This record gives sequence, structure tokens and C-alpha cells, in this order.
Amino acid sequence: MELFTNQVLAGIATGAIYACMALAVVMIYQAIDHLNFAQGEMAMFSTFISWQLMQWGIPYWWAFLATLIISFIGGIAIERLLFKPLAKAPILTNVAGFVALFAIVNSVAGLIWDFTIKQYPTPFGSSPFLGSQLISTHQAGMIGVTVLLLILLFLFFQYTRMGLAMRAAASLPESARLVGINTSWMIALGWGMASAIGAIAGILIAPVVFLEPNMMGGVLIYGFAAAVLGGLSSPLGAVIGGFLVGVFENLAGTYIPGVGNELKLPIALALIITVLVVKPAGLFGRPIVKRV
Amino acid sequence: MTLGLGTSLVVLAALIIGPMFVKNFIIFQMTMLLIYALAVLALNILTGGSGQFSLGQSAFYAVGAYTSAILMEHGNMNYALTLPIAGVICFGFGFVFGQPALRLSGVYLALATFALAAAIPQFLKLGVFERWTGGVQGLVVTKPDAPFGLPMSQDIWFYYFTLAISIGIYIASINLLRSRSGRAFMAIRDNEIAASAMGVDVALYKTLAFGVSAGITGVAGGLGAIAVQFVAPDGYTFTLAISLFLGMVVGGVGWLPGSIVGSAFIIFVPNIAESISKGLSGAVFGVLLFLVIFLVPHGARDVLKLVAWRRN
Repeated sequence: MELFTNQVLAGIATGAIYACMALAVVMIYQAIDHLNFAQGEMAMFSTFISWQLMQWGIPYWWAFLATLIISFIGGIAIERLLFKPLAKAPILTNVAGFVALFAIVNSVAGLIWDFTIKQYPTPFGSSPFLGSQLISTHQAGMIGVTVLLLILLFLFFQYTRMGLAMRAAASLPESARLVGINTSWMIALGWGMASAIGAIAGILIAPVVFLEPNMMGGVLIYGFAAAVLGGLSSPLGAVIGGFLVGVFENLAGTYIPGVGNELKLPIALALIITVLVVKPAGLFGRPIVKRV
Repeated sequence: MTLGLGTSLVVLAALIIGPMFVKNFIIFQMTMLLIYALAVLALNILTGGSGQFSLGQSAFYAVGAYTSAILMEHGNMNYALTLPIAGVICFGFGFVFGQPALRLSGVYLALATFALAAAIPQFLKLGVFERWTGGVQGLVVTKPDAPFGLPMSQDIWFYYFTLAISIGIYIASINLLRSRSGRAFMAIRDNEIAASAMGVDVALYKTLAFGVSAGITGVAGGLGAIAVQFVAPDGYTFTLAISLFLGMVVGGVGWLPGSIVGSAFIIFVPNIAESISKGLSGAVFGVLLFLVIFLVPHGARDVLKLVAWRRN
């Protein structure tokens, strides 16, 4: 039983990483209706910016704030420069654009900061949390920040004019334009917010996986999986999906014989596909109703 | 003579005469060009034809490659005979995988196929199958000699062998898309509900599209294994699936002749990027890709249209 509890706790700790990333994924999906494959790389780049600021002697929280602002502006700039011209192009062309962005960001980060692994500080400390060896205070802090972010997002989308306008622009662009919403800028805003949330995710993840240009590779896959599992239309679902994927991955690795580290990923993905086959909109997603 | 036919004949002539004047390495690259063109073509039938999205083509490619390699090395089978077997096995695999994929579309299908791509290399590494697959080390495949004592090097012979198969599959694919089944694919792509109202068996044709696509990819994989003379799990990762996807977009979704343009893009552009800047090769590749999709958002088809429009 103790093994079980420990594995669940460890799963929740890794799940927090996936939940963070999944939240950023859902955020941009809400705004532009695509999965951004370059999301992880953008988050990695933001994390490097904050690291660089700290190297220049700026205190942690100021660097954090500055990174959020830079990432927000950067996200908007990427949308305006690269993806607005592609808005009318086919979806698949957009996906190719994400792959291109992925290659560019990854390579530029590698050139500026090289591929050596760097330590990244945590504001929460890394002592055991409440006497448990499996969850450190950093991981507890990470879960806390994720939940806080979720609540803020919920309030933003539910109770502010801007949030409502963004939702309208995403779900029914034509009607939104008719009531005077600038849908084009709403998309840019969605990119900015997704980029900023990605930056938070990156900064929280970096102390665990260490900072390097390829740090997001594995995380993003799980982030996507978590987002799809929870339902792409639901930020809450994404976070729960993140924790579920983390826990399941750990339990499968422990209890199913023959599943070593190698089969962890396929097993987690197989679970997700099974869920999707039964519930195609994800656990918490709204089923998409199409007009015939 | 139409512009399209003229271009096809010129390309075909270049593909037939080309190898007589170039070095062995370039012949190898031209062989890979044809093989990837086949794999891109297969994805094009699936996505451009039936409107289903796949990021898992590397899985079918891997299964085809391993089928050929295992039959040749453990079963001592003739290389040419292993290819249809690889095709049939992959067709079955794709057809079966198409069943759960029926319930998914868009990003969900992308994730499911991606899961397949992520899972296959891990399965190939498993200790249980190591006797046949060679585990992480992979298998070495012997390259066939030219038959009937033809005075050709192995590379040139295999190039022409690949070319013949590619042309055969290309013609068959074009005919497939023009046939009743092909029209059913396209009806499903354009409007699933309307298609089913017209009496198209949506489930059957969707899984069939998966099967055909996987089968062709499997043949390409088998050819690839022989051309490279080596199969290993790490050769068939997600990166390959992404490359094939990019090839399809650059060549033009739903336009089969574009497959060879897309294939050329994914084989040569990374090398060009590497030669422009070693440290920034990824960035150069990304910028080139952006240029292509900005200039020709519908792929290589746009170029041909532009030329045709200029001439009139």
C-alpha cells in the first residue's frame, strides 16, 4: 500500500509538469483552434530569457515578471509576423509553419545559450514537502501555481469582457465580428497569453528537468496528451488530464510487468487513445456539435 | 500536349537518364528521393484523398522495413518478393488501425497516429523480439546484385528497380483516385454526411484509405531498408513522420505529382541548410520552410498553376 501511495504522489509531482504545459496548449487551442507544436520551444526560449536576466543580476521575481511581459509581446509578434499571413492558408500549411517555428526557435536557442545543461533556481526551495521524500516543496509550489493559474484563467474567461470577447472570437468568428469584436487581435492576444503561460510552465519545469534547448521535447508530448485527454476546450480538464497522465504513467511503470521505462510512453498514449475512442471530446471537453 | 504531361515526361526522362552520368552517392540519394516520394504519395492518398490526418506514417514505414529485412536475413527470401509481403502486412496493419481511428478526427486523430509513431520504435527495441529484430542494434541487410548478369553496379540496379516500382505505384494511385473508390474517398473528405447520404460506406472507405496508405508506405519502407542496407529502431522515429508530413505540404496536399517535389524538399533542404550554416542549420531549415509556405501556401501545385497562367 505504501508503494502505491508513493507512486501516486510521485505521479502527481510529475503530473504537475504536464498540467502546466497542457494549460498552455489549451490556451492557444482556444484562441486559434490549432495545436501549436512549437509551444514547448517557445516556453524553453522564455525560460532561457529569464535565466539570462538572472545571470545579469536581476532578482528572481523581477526576472519572472520581465520574462512574462517579453513572452507576451513575443507571442503577439510571432502571430502578427508569421501566422497572420497564413490565416487563410489550409490548416496543414499552418501545422508546417509550427514545425518551422519549432526548428528555428530550437536552433537559435542552441546557438545563443549552447546545449550544455544548466541549473535553474527555484523560489520554493527543494526540501521534502511535509516530510514526504517524494514531493519536494518545489513540486508542491508548482502544483499550487498551476491551480492558481487555472483559477485566474477561469475568472478571466468567465467574468471579464475581454475574456468573453476572446471566447466569442474563437467559437464563432463571423458573429463575433458582427458585434464589433476585433477577432484578428483576439487571436494575437491568445498567442500572447499562451506564450506567457508557457513561460510560467517553463520556469516551473526547468528546476526539475534542467535547462537546455531540448528540455521540452518529452514534456510537450505529455502536455498534448494531457490536454487531449482532459478535453481541448476545458482548461480544468487539461490540468486534471495532466495529473492523470502523470499518475497513470507511474503506476503502469510499477505494476504492469514488463513495462520498463521504454514502454511508459506508449502505454500512456495507448490509455489516452482508449479514452478518446470512448469519449472523443476528452473527459471534460464539450462535444462539438456540427450543423448538417 | 498539356503542360502537366510535358513536365511529367521531362521529369521521367531525367529520372531515367540521370543516373548514367552521376556518382554512386548521388544515385543513392536519387533512390531515397523515389522511396520518400512513395511514402509522401501514400500520405497524400490518405490526407489529400480521404481527408484523414496522420502523423504516424513512420510506424508503417518501420513495419515495412522490418518485414523486408527479417524475411531477407532470417528467411533468405528474394528481396523483390519481400516487398509485396511488406505491403500486404502494412495494409492489414493500417486497416486494423483505421478502425479506432474512425471515431477520431482532426487533432485527435493526429494524436492517435502520433502515439503509434512513438510506440513502434520502443516495441522494436523490446527484448522479446530481439531474436528477429536485432534489438537496439538493428539488422544489416545485404544489397542485391543486378540479375541476369547485367553490367550494372548494385546501386544503379537498385535505383532502376525502385524507379520501376515507383512508376507502377504512381500510376496505380492516380487510377485509384479516379476510380469509384477514389471518388468515395474524396466525397468523404469534402463532406462526410453528404457522402454517407449518397450511399458511400464511410467506415469501410476510411479504413480502406488507411490500409492503402499504410500498404504503399510499407513497400517504401521495404525499399528503404534495402537501399540503406540497415534497419534500426532509431531510424524510424517521429522525426521521419514529421518529414513525410512536411513533404506532403510542400508538394501540395491532394496533388500526387507533388510528392516527388516534397520528397526532394525533405531530402535536400536539410543538407542545404547545413551547408549554409552549421550552427544554425535548424533555423535556416525553418526559414526556408516558412518561405515556401508563404510563397506557395498550397504547395508545388501553385507553381505549376502560375506557369500555366503566365503562358495563357
